[in-house]
Amino acid sequence: MRVLVTGASGLLGREVARLLVRQGHAVTTFQRRPSGVDGATDFRGSVTDDAALRGAAEGAEGVIHLAAKVSFTGRAVEFDEVNVEGTRRVLRSARAAGVRDLVFVSSPSVANSGTAIVGLGAEPADPKHAHGNYSRTKAEAELLALAADGPDFRVAAVRPHIVWGPGDTQLVERVLARASRNRLPLLDAGAALIDTTYVDNAASAIVAALHRMEHVHGRPLVVSNGEPRPVGELLAGICAAGCVPAPSWAVPGGVARAAGAVVEKIWTWSGRKEEPPMTRFLAEQLSTAHWFDQRETRELLDWKPTVSLDDGLARLAVHYGSGHSPS
Amino acid sequence: MDTPGTVRRWHLLDNGAQLARRGVAPVGTLLCVHGNPTWSYLWRTLLAAGSNAARPWRVVAVDQLDMGYSERSGTFRRLADRVNDLGDLSDALGLDGPVVTVGHDWGGVISLGWALAHPEQLAGVVLTNTAVHQPAGSEIPPALRLALHPVVHRWGTTTSDAFLRVTHSLAHPPLSADIREAYMAPYRGARRRAGVGNFVADIPADASHPSFPELTRIAEGLRRLKVPALMLWGPRDPIFSDRYLKDLVSRLPHADVHRFEGAGHLVAEDRDIATPVFQWLAVHGGVSGSGSPAAEATTAGDQRLNDAAEPAPGTFRPLWDSLGERGTGPAKGDIAVAEMAPDGKVSRSLSWHQLDRNIRDLASGLREAGVGSGSRVSLMVPPGVDLTVALYACLRLGAVVVVADAGLGTKGMGRALKGATADFVIGIEKALAAAAVLGWPGRRISVRDLPAARRRILGVETSLAALVGQGGSAGPGLPTNTADPAAPAAVLFTSGSTGPAKGVLYTHGQLAAMRDTVAETFGIRSGARLVAGFAPFALLGPALGAVSVTPAMDVTAPRTLTARALADAATAIDATVVFASPAALRNVLATQDGVSAAGHKALEGVELLLSAGAPVPEPLLARVQRLLPRASLHTPYGMTEALPVTDISLAQVQAADAEATAGTVAGAGNGVCVGKPVHGASLAVVPLAADGTAPGSDAVTEAGVTGEILVSAPHVKEAYDRLWLTQRESASVPGWHRTGDVGHFDAAGRLWVEGRLAHVVTAPGVVVTPVGAERAIERLDCVGLAAITGVGPAGTQAVVAVVETVPPSRKAGLASPQFAERVRGAAREAGVDVSAVLVVPAQPTDVRHNAKIDRTRLSRWASRVLAGGRPGEP
Repeated sequence: MRVLVTGASGLLGREVARLLVRQGHAVTTFQRRPSGVDGATDFRGSVTDDAALRGAAEGAEGVIHLAAKVSFTGRAVEFDEVNVEGTRRVLRSARAAGVRDLVFVSSPSVANSGTAIVGLGAEPADPKHAHGNYSRTKAEAELLALAADGPDFRVAAVRPHIVWGPGDTQLVERVLARASRNRLPLLDAGAALIDTTYVDNAASAIVAALHRMEHVHGRPLVVSNGEPRPVGELLAGICAAGCVPAPSWAVPGGVARAAGAVVEKIWTWSGRKEEPPMTRFLAEQLSTAHWFDQRETRELLDWKPTVSLDDGLARLAVHYGSGHSPS
Repeated sequence: MDTPGTVRRWHLLDNGAQLARRGVAPVGTLLCVHGNPTWSYLWRTLLAAGSNAARPWRVVAVDQLDMGYSERSGTFRRLADRVNDLGDLSDALGLDGPVVTVGHDWGGVISLGWALAHPEQLAGVVLTNTAVHQPAGSEIPPALRLALHPVVHRWGTTTSDAFLRVTHSLAHPPLSADIREAYMAPYRGARRRAGVGNFVADIPADASHPSFPELTRIAEGLRRLKVPALMLWGPRDPIFSDRYLKDLVSRLPHADVHRFEGAGHLVAEDRDIATPVFQWLAVHGGVSGSGSPAAEATTAGDQRLNDAAEPAPGTFRPLWDSLGERGTGPAKGDIAVAEMAPDGKVSRSLSWHQLDRNIRDLASGLREAGVGSGSRVSLMVPPGVDLTVALYACLRLGAVVVVADAGLGTKGMGRALKGATADFVIGIEKALAAAAVLGWPGRRISVRDLPAARRRILGVETSLAALVGQGGSAGPGLPTNTADPAAPAAVLFTSGSTGPAKGVLYTHGQLAAMRDTVAETFGIRSGARLVAGFAPFALLGPALGAVSVTPAMDVTAPRTLTARALADAATAIDATVVFASPAALRNVLATQDGVSAAGHKALEGVELLLSAGAPVPEPLLARVQRLLPRASLHTPYGMTEALPVTDISLAQVQAADAEATAGTVAGAGNGVCVGKPVHGASLAVVPLAADGTAPGSDAVTEAGVTGEILVSAPHVKEAYDRLWLTQRESASVPGWHRTGDVGHFDAAGRLWVEGRLAHVVTAPGVVVTPVGAERAIERLDCVGLAAITGVGPAGTQAVVAVVETVPPSRKAGLASPQFAERVRGAAREAGVDVSAVLVVPAQPTDVRHNAKIDRTRLSRWASRVLAGGRPGEP
């Protein structure tokens, strides 16, 4: 199959493109920077550029759309332009190019209004109640994508939950950077159960979705390792792998959420580019449970994770040269 | 009341037309009669269920005249009028075919009036919180007295809607606003409430009341009713309390009764009554007489693991059978029962002769006081001489002993005693004080003579001592020495660690079978000398012909048995057998330094130790063995419903564990090995389904198949007391008792218990039973008790280990990553993937055994913490 992968320079996009290449598919990658995926045809461009997208989509049978603005900060218009309008353009180009199947890579945060998620499935995306620009625009984009689903153009949404792995800048590097400066608190004693997704598992689930379109099109699926852990233990595991001391101070979750909301506003208003010390989104992620019912996902995708949480932490340790398993 | 030919307009709910449209012929008709001040809306769930039942029923729920949406007649209709009205209505409706009446509150009486008047149509009666008779010597409930008071009556029932509001407020949990609204709707405005006031005014408070003769006629007529009867009761009812239920049961002794603990007057709102009603109708058919489910029991072809020796029928000997012989035999002067004082001396004892004599005398005295066959006598007496005498005296009279131990806690005990509705309470002063303050039912008899003033305060009529004296001088002895083996003999209570304590009813035959099983399985015969530190078996001592001594301890708190007290008791009778609970054994080991050389010598004479009530860990037994070097240590497995079920010795435990580790016996491991069935018992399991329930009814014994454990034995309970639904569920596999425990057999035929069915965790694709992983975790060096529980929705739960550390953690919360990893590793070796590890300073355990972890509470706490809530204490 000829497959276009957008956003292939990120941790997950690169892994998806590599997996497709390994499976013998003809892969085109599309992003602003070089993808660095051996065996793929690299197209450089932005999802804000219709012409570039048309070129990249030409001849493709399948599209996996990962390109997005992922950040805790930034102005709303930037998120809208890349995540909502960018998705609209990708859908349009794909349809125009006669693409049959499209997998929209989403996030469980599109359906999260900040309360604990305890063993739920994929609830409908809800832009009105999503917290933060990222979640809101991803929710709108997912609704757009799924609305485009039809018999000739099948669309599925896959929501991997907290993707991490060696070289991950979203979670692992942030945790390590904060912890090494002793700026990573445990919220509410760190007991909230959090499920995560090791990058290899997220990639294989996304590719599985493309192969199982007849079962999954028209609906969102949450993907995770299916191994909920208390967040404190998870952070300690990442810190041990990265050879930095684990967080040792605790802050009440309510205080952190309130402080995060204030900081978020100031940061956005002042236009500062670097990541703020605490955001409401981060505080919620670190202090409330987020884990999911994976039974339907696994059955529909005929897929299961191949790298366990502990295996993943061991690989992380090798990556950071600490060499030993975090346990 | 009305002149012939008068036409009245009725409002009623009726699914007859709907069934006819569907072309369905109903099995029969439920004629539902509401009370005051409700209306046919009360029965809406029966209507829906009647239409949808596998065998549909027509359901006719009426609004009585002057009530609901029926006509306001402008007349005062009394009970007899209302019974006539209902007959007129059923004639007008042309109700033919079998009818089962359903009634609530005063509607219950009216429905029974109709029932008596239509014997040819009547197929059954269903009653919910109602009454037909004011029991002698008691006043009508204060709430009704108030409503009847001339000053209050008109205003309270008619002028205002106070009576309606108060009635609606009796729902537990409270009614939602829209349901309250619906009940109020037909009674807006004083003019529409005349019927409510008249209904209250028609309550016959005494014999002079115009409706008293009709009420009495119905109440007495009930005794002739032979149709199946079902009583569904909400005991939290300030008006129709348990004593009215008891009165109804005495009139319809064949009735099936279910008390919904926690439900109140509006039981049809508080609980789903439609399901049980239609289950009951399915059993009783409503047409073709009453086939009881037990009668359908077939055990042909099913598998069971048992001891081949079934006791031959026709050999029934009542529990007290040998006492008379011993009391007059050659050893009649030897000690039979004794009690120890804290100073190590025997404080009280009776010889076999005295014991027999005291039992006979007390039985005669109790009979004089009114205790008879079927009387319920609550015994609130600590184990020892008095309890033994009282228990056997009651059994000899054919009375039913109700044994609610203090291990249930005051609240649980009160609930249990109210539910069992004792006619008499025999108690120590402390227990009688509680009975007086908390209003527990029954005429009161103290153990000791009390001063007159104290007697008055506590409402005590007489004492055991006085009754023995009266009985002794009463002349002729007891008429017979036999009992009906099928007659009820005792109500014991479950510990309540899985919901409110349940009363468990035993017959004389079952008690005798329990004695024989203990004798055969453990070889406890006449001449054995036992230290009774564990109540249920201790009471069997005299029946077994064994000398029993109660050690100096607070038997309600097993942890109070010290090594010295045990040794003193053993010394006093040269004990050969010791009964002690696991919690008692722990304290014995903790205090063993206090044993003198002579005490050690006495303990060396012990040949057999039985410890039951909760699992006994092997290391604990191994330490006990050093204290009782010559004893064979046994830990029978059983439950209040079947005592005991299996037996295993320490050596057998060790062998089983070794085989589990070595993997040489298929199915060995994953749980606690409890050994093989006791004498006369059979075992099997109903396999677990993927959702963690045991839905089937196939009894299997294949090694390694996990399921709900079934037991069948002559000493299994007769029934749960006044818990028809619970009994039905527990007996749903014909011929077996469902224990609610889960486990499996190994290839050597031993049973391994894996936990409670209700505590099974359903993780994605796997059903996790708790005990295997718990034992693996408890083998870690710094762990006390461990509990496996689940958080999240059934079917996709995350497995959580809650661990008590040694030394105790400072506070409850998340375990350190290092400790969590060790716990996780231990559980993984038992095949269980644990998501989170929490630590607690101490597990919440039950009062009776100090061993059963309150998992409901624990799981609620774990859910809160792991959702991101504040830890607090479990």
